[in-house]
Amino acid sequence: MPKPDSLQGSLDLLVLKILSRQPRLHGYALMTAIQARSGEVLRVEEGSLYPALHRMEEARWIRAEWITKETGRRSRLYELTPEGKKQLATEESRWAAVTAAVNRVLRAVES
Amino acid sequence: MSLWSRIANVFRGDRLSREIQEEFQSHLEEAIEQGRDPGEVRRAFGGALRLREESRDARLVPWLDSLRADAIFGWRQLKKNKVASAAAVLSLALGIGACTGAFRLIDGLLLRPLPISQPERLYVVSFAETNRDGKLERYDSCSYPMFGEWRKAVGAQAELLAISYAERTDLTYTADGEMEKAYRQFVSGSMFSTFGLRPALGRLLVPSDDLTPGKQPYAVISYDYWTRRFGRDPKVIGRSFRVGNDLFEIVGVSEKGFTGSEPGTVTDIFVPTMMNAGSINSSNSFWFRTFVCPGSGVALETLRNKLYASYRAFEQERAKGFTNFPKSLLEGYPRSTLSLEPAASGVSGMQGDYRVSLAALGVMAALVLLIACANVANLMAGQAAARAREMALRVSIGAGRWRLVQLVLLESAWLGFLAAALGSILAWCSAPLIVSMINPPDDPARLLLPVDWRVVTFGLALSIGVVLLSGLAPALRASAVHPASALKGAEDTRGGRRLMHALIAVQAAFCFLVVFVCSLFVATFERLANQHLGFVAPRLLALETFAQPAQSSTYWNQVADHLRTVPGVESAALAGWPLMSGTMRNNFISINGAPPTDVLAFFLRVSPGWINTMKIPLIEGRDFLPSETDPGLAIVNQTFAKQYFGGENPVGKSFEIVGAAGRRTRFAILGLAGDVIYRDLREPILPQVYVPFASVSAQGRAEPRNWATFMVRTSASNPIALASTLRSEVARAWPEFRVSNVRTQIEIDQSQTVRERLLARLAFFFGVVSLLLAGVGVYGVLDYSVLQRRKEIGIRMALGALAGEVTWRVIVDVCSMVLIGAGSGVVLGFMAARYIRALLYQVKPTDPAMLALPSLIILAAALLAALPPVIRAVRTDPATVLRAE
Repeated sequence: MPKPDSLQGSLDLLVLKILSRQPRLHGYALMTAIQARSGEVLRVEEGSLYPALHRMEEARWIRAEWITKETGRRSRLYELTPEGKKQLATEESRWAAVTAAVNRVLRAVES
Repeated sequence: MSLWSRIANVFRGDRLSREIQEEFQSHLEEAIEQGRDPGEVRRAFGGALRLREESRDARLVPWLDSLRADAIFGWRQLKKNKVASAAAVLSLALGIGACTGAFRLIDGLLLRPLPISQPERLYVVSFAETNRDGKLERYDSCSYPMFGEWRKAVGAQAELLAISYAERTDLTYTADGEMEKAYRQFVSGSMFSTFGLRPALGRLLVPSDDLTPGKQPYAVISYDYWTRRFGRDPKVIGRSFRVGNDLFEIVGVSEKGFTGSEPGTVTDIFVPTMMNAGSINSSNSFWFRTFVCPGSGVALETLRNKLYASYRAFEQERAKGFTNFPKSLLEGYPRSTLSLEPAASGVSGMQGDYRVSLAALGVMAALVLLIACANVANLMAGQAAARAREMALRVSIGAGRWRLVQLVLLESAWLGFLAAALGSILAWCSAPLIVSMINPPDDPARLLLPVDWRVVTFGLALSIGVVLLSGLAPALRASAVHPASALKGAEDTRGGRRLMHALIAVQAAFCFLVVFVCSLFVATFERLANQHLGFVAPRLLALETFAQPAQSSTYWNQVADHLRTVPGVESAALAGWPLMSGTMRNNFISINGAPPTDVLAFFLRVSPGWINTMKIPLIEGRDFLPSETDPGLAIVNQTFAKQYFGGENPVGKSFEIVGAAGRRTRFAILGLAGDVIYRDLREPILPQVYVPFASVSAQGRAEPRNWATFMVRTSASNPIALASTLRSEVARAWPEFRVSNVRTQIEIDQSQTVRERLLARLAFFFGVVSLLLAGVGVYGVLDYSVLQRRKEIGIRMALGALAGEVTWRVIVDVCSMVLIGAGSGVVLGFMAARYIRALLYQVKPTDPAMLALPSLIILAAALLAALPPVIRAVRTDPATVLRAE
C-alpha cells in the first residue's frame, strides 16, 4: 500500500475533485471518500488532510461552514468556490501532463 | 484579500485555535462512530499540538502571530514592574518630546522652505566685512538707488526683488479709531508673481503697482492677518487704513500659508516699495533685503560679479559725499565682499540670533534622551539577566535566537511606543510655548509650526532609534544565553555588568556636558541681568508717542507738564527715544577744530528734568533749563570726558560735529553726567551726548517733531497700573498726540536678554532632568549589583569584613565609571564651548569655577543616588543570605 507521502502534490487535486462531485463534506467524510473511490488504495492521514484543507481555505479555493447536527455536535463542512473550480481544472491538466510524461518515460524504458 | 483574512486571524487567534480543536474533536467522534478504534485514530492524528500549530500557521501570518504573542508577553512584563516601567516611559517621553519640540523649532525657523514655487532658486544678497576686532560681520541691508543700478546691471538674467525688513507699524482703520499694530513689509511689485503665489481673495500686487513714489497706496494682507483681524470677511477688499500720512487701500488677500520672507515674524500687510517714498531716492537709507531669482542657465558667479562690480562703483561714488568721516575709515571703501546666499527658507534676523541657540538646545535635548535611553537599556539588561533562566528554557525547547531578540526588543518597543505618544503631546505644547517666549511678551515671535510629514517622520525615526538604542544590546545579550549553565543557575553576570558600567560612564559624560553648558548659560544670563545700567529702571514708564501733524517742542513740553499733574506720577520728561530701545543716533566728534576722531559718540535729545527722572547722577555742572532752546548746548557723560578731555572736567568747554558739506556745529558743555547703557547691554560704554529736546533751527524757528517718548517715573511700585490712565490723558487733552506704545523700562531692558533668559531657563530644566536621570541610573545599577552580589557580600561579612570595606567594594566600580565619564565630559564640554562662545557673555568656559561646579554637582548627585543601595549592602544579614542558598 502506498504511503500517504506519495500523495504529496496530488492531495489538493483529490480533495478538490471530490468536493466538485459531492459538495458539503466534513473532513472525516473526505478522508473516507478518498479511500473508497481509490478502491482502498489511497489513504490520507489526518495529519496531512487538515493543514491542507486549512491552506486551501485560506487560498479561497474552498470555503467552510459550521453546521449543527441532530446530535447537537458541530461539524465543519467544506465546499468548492468558483476559484476552486478553476484551480481544479488547472490541477487536473497538470496531473494529466505529469502522468502522460511519466508514462512516456516508462514506455521508453520498456522498449 | 487572503492576506487580510490571515492578518485578521492573527488578532482572533484564540478563536481560531478553538475552532481547529473543535473540528478535530468532531472528526474523532465521527471516526469512532464509524467503528474505528479510538486509539488508532488518535495515533493517526499525530501530535495534536503540532497539527494545530500547522493548521494555525496555514490560516494566519506566522511571523505576525509570533509578534502579537511577544507583544502581549512584553506588555505583561511591563505591567509586572509598574513603577520602573512608568519611570522609563516618562523619562523617554521627556527626551522624545524635547527632541521633537526642538526639531519643530529648528525646522520651522531654519529648514522649512518658503511656501513658494521653486524656493531652491531664491538667493539673497549678503555683505560681509571684517570689523575692527577682526571678526567677520554680516549684513544684508540695501538702498533703493543701488537696487536700481543692480536691476540695470543684471537685465533679464535674473529677477531682483526688494523686500523690506518686517516692521511693526501703527495703523488706524477709521479716522478716530484706536491705533493698532501690524507687521508691514514693503515689497517689489513683481514679488507675488515671481513667487508663484495666488490671491485667496481680490488681487495681488503687480509690477505696475510699484512705479511712482508715494502715489500707489495699495496693500495686500496676509491670509493669517485676514483670519485674525477680519474673521475672513470677504468685504475686506476696498477697506482702507492709515499709516502716518498715507491712506492705503486693501486690494487682496495673499495665498494661505505665505507669511512673508522672515521666519519668526508673520507679516500682516504687504505694500509696494514705492510707498516708502521718503527713502526711495536716498542712497544713505538702507531698509530692505535684495532677493535674486537667477534665470535658467545663468551662472550664480556671473550674477554675483555683476552685482559686486555695480555695488563697488555705486558705493565709491557715494563715499565722495562722506565729508565728516575720518580718512582712515574711508581707505579702500567699500571693503565689504558681496555674496549670494541660498534663501530657500527665507531670511530673518531671528534665524541668525537663534541658529546656534536652537542647535545647542537641540543637542541638550538629544543628550537628555540618550541618558534616558541608557537608563532604560540598563533596566532592560537587569531584567533580562534576572530572566536568564526563562530565556534558557525557551532556547532549550526550541526558540530561535532571533525570537528571543524579538521578545526583548518588543518590550522596549512598548516603552518606546508609549513614550512617543506621551512625547508627541509634549512636543505639541512645548514648541509654540518656546516661540512665545522669544521676544517681549507684548510682541511675541510668531512661527507657523505645522505638524506634517517632516515632523512625523522625524518623530517616528526618533522613536525607532530609541527602541533600538535602549533595547538592542540587552536583547542581543539575553539571546546569547547558554542554556546549560543558566539552568544550573551559574549564569555569568559579569558581562552584563560591564555593559551597565559602560552605560553609566556614558551617562556621566553626557550629564556633565549638559550641566556644564547649563551653568555657562545661567552665568551668562546672571551677568547680563545684573549689569550696572547707570540709571534706575524700576517704576519707569516709556510712552512712545506720535504727533499728527508734527508739533513744536512747546506743545510736547505742555503734554509733559500735564502728565506731571496726574496723580501717581513722580516726575516726567521727554526724550527722543528710551534708553536701551535699540534706537540711536551717532556722530564723529571734533575737538578744537581738529579733524574728527574715529570714535563715535551717541546723541540723544532730552528735555530738562530727564536726567533727574532717569536718576542718572549729575557729577558736574547743571541740567538744561526749561527756557533754554539753544541747539548748541550739551551734557556729556564720563566716558566722553575721558575720551576727549583726558578725564578733566569738561564743563565750560566745547566740541563740534561735522555735518554734510563740511558744516560744523558747535556745542557748549553744560554738565557732566554718569555713564549709562545707551543701546546694548553687551557693548562697551561709548561717549554719550545729551542735547536739548526743545531746539530751534539755525533760522530761529522751533522745529516740529512727530514722535518722541515721555519718560514717566511713578510713585507706585507697579508702573504699568498707570499706563492706561496716562495713555488716555495724552490723547484726551491733545488729540494731535497719540500714544503708540507703553512699556516699562524694565520690559525694555529685559527685551535685550530674552534669548539668554530662554537659554538659561531651558538649559536649567535640561540640567535638572539629566541629573535626575543620571542619578536614577546610578541608583538602578548599584541596586542591581548589590542584589546580584548579595551572596558574595554575605560571605565577606561572615568572614568579618567591615562596613567600610563592603561599601567600598560596592561603589568602587560605579564611582570610577562616574569619574571616567565626568572626565570625558570635561573634554566634550571644551569642544562644545567653542560652538556656543557667541552666546556667552563675560563667561569663560575654561574658568576653573565653571568646571568645578558641574563636577561637584554630578559627584554629589552620584553619591546621593548610591546611598540607598550602599545602606542595603551594609545591612545585609549573612545568615539570611547564606541560608537562602
